[in-house]
Amino acid sequence: MLIRRAPTALAAVAALVLTGAAAEVGTAPLRVVSINLCTDQLAMTLAAPGQLVSVSSLAQDPRTSLMADRAAAFPANHGRAEEIYLLRPDLVLASSFTTPATLSMLRRLGVPVATFEPETSLDGVTRSILQMGQALGREAEAHDMAARFRGDLAALRAQGGAGPLAATWAANGYMTGTETLSADVLRAAGFDLVAERLGMRFGASIPLESLLMTDPDAVVTGPPDGAPARADDVVRHPALARSRAARIEVDDREWICGLPQVLAAARDLKNAREGLERGSGRLPPDAAAKGPIP
Amino acid sequence: MSRPVTGPVTGRALLPALAVLCAVLFAASVLTGPADAGARASLVALFRGDGGPLTLVMREIRLPRAVLGVLAGASLGLAGAAIQGFLRNPLAEPGLIGVSASAGLGAVLAIQTGIAATGALALPLSGFAGALVAVALILGLSARSGDALDAGRGGGFGLILAGIAVSAFAGALTSLVLNLSPNPFAASEIVFWMMGSLADRSWIEVWTALPVMAVGWVLLARTARDLDALTLGEEAAASLGVNLPRLRLLTVLGIAAAVGATTAVAGAIGFVGLVVPHLLRGAVGGVPSRLLPASALGGAALVLAADIAVRLILPERDLKLGVMMALVGTPVFLHLIHRIRHGA
Repeated sequence: MLIRRAPTALAAVAALVLTGAAAEVGTAPLRVVSINLCTDQLAMTLAAPGQLVSVSSLAQDPRTSLMADRAAAFPANHGRAEEIYLLRPDLVLASSFTTPATLSMLRRLGVPVATFEPETSLDGVTRSILQMGQALGREAEAHDMAARFRGDLAALRAQGGAGPLAATWAANGYMTGTETLSADVLRAAGFDLVAERLGMRFGASIPLESLLMTDPDAVVTGPPDGAPARADDVVRHPALARSRAARIEVDDREWICGLPQVLAAARDLKNAREGLERGSGRLPPDAAAKGPIP
Repeated sequence: MSRPVTGPVTGRALLPALAVLCAVLFAASVLTGPADAGARASLVALFRGDGGPLTLVMREIRLPRAVLGVLAGASLGLAGAAIQGFLRNPLAEPGLIGVSASAGLGAVLAIQTGIAATGALALPLSGFAGALVAVALILGLSARSGDALDAGRGGGFGLILAGIAVSAFAGALTSLVLNLSPNPFAASEIVFWMMGSLADRSWIEVWTALPVMAVGWVLLARTARDLDALTLGEEAAASLGVNLPRLRLLTVLGIAAAVGATTAVAGAIGFVGLVVPHLLRGAVGGVPSRLLPASALGGAALVLAADIAVRLILPERDLKLGVMMALVGTPVFLHLIHRIRHGA
């Protein structure tokens, strides 16, 4: 291939250089293997027919993937270096959080690897689309897709004014911070964030008590998991049910990856937000600042 | 048993003193938490109820947590005193001899198979079933090998070895079941089942565990007289009219109910049943019937204190109760072993 020894540091930059070189000489990769749920779904959306040879098994699981039906048509991999190498890929798509041992093994075996940063904002989604277009040699398609995404986002994004206060709340009391995709989706849907008030950037498990003391208007959780675990108890805690916070359900797979489809979750949240504001007698969009409801 | 009475609080004053200690710690527990509201505001919110978030926190999070601390501590202290009285071995403790670990396995199996969701009492009863297997096994071993397990003659290690085996086996099965669960969070719960925690528990846990615990308390209370007679030895006790098989049954069922229900809702909280009777034995003159109520109150106080400590040390995280208990319990345990080896 073009560059046999990709530098191990700054993998994302290396991937851009690598695929940039590919585009220059007009040779798009022909056998692409994706080993990460998010790159799986983005690649399935952008790849030319026959260009993608395998996606990860997570992409075929309807609990985690939005495109399980389409993914079922591809042979699945489990992210192990050996099985990936045997697929003879000329490009592997991975996350920058993929096990470093797997990535360095692939690089040692001479397989070019493009890594994608997890999206922490809606702008990050645009970046990922463009990076994927470049990696696959499908720039034109990617530019169209990014433009459509930007347009849809601009049409959706709530304007000005203070919105209802919301927090995500998951197993073990995990709340996502301000610098996450879900936070940006909530902001776009017109919510203020509990994480902002708590000064939480990335997310952490916090006591239920701390969540309740911020007196949120809405708590965004996933639907109950099929398999029981104690970790979910805190999501269904009676104190939360008795608080005045409305519960909004968003399936994890809707916004776990920075895909264009994330706007569907944003739209649902926006509708939920407007419902809340109607219910509390406030007038969107420039409603009065949030105050305690008597 | 031969230790001189050294405590400042002895005799009749002991139980009221312990009750006051529990009340003070209960109040402190209710006032401890990451939501940094003043004591006055917290109490007003608790009793008056202003409909705000603080009332919700006080009534639905702090109060059930403190109540569950009392119930769990009392159950574990009582169970520890009863099993030590029955085996006449100060090393016998529900956590050390594998009763807690087996109760945890019963609860985990019930949760993972969905049995726990079939009825309010299903979870504590599953803990009871798990604990029953272990306590029956341990007492069965002690009956067969008799004096080999009697601590007074340096044979207490047999009991502990059997307990370690039961603990390790139940713990391994618990880990296996949780690792096999398709829920990605299940595996991280191994820590809860091994170390115990009262974090973010609710009234649901209190009301489901209480009936089964209460049955255990009643059964153990009825062993008190017979345990007194048993301090003279099995033959002497039998000659005094003690029905040994009945006593054994009461002890087994009582401990399984108290420890099983506690573990099902709060995980395995170790060392309470070891430390508390050890600290109080001198003050009650080594009389089991007086040690039982004292250990129940002492256990409640110890668990409340530990639960306050975990929230003061790491307010934002769920530090497990077992960590605090092991810090307090290990020195006591080593001290006991030292005394037994040197025939004190």
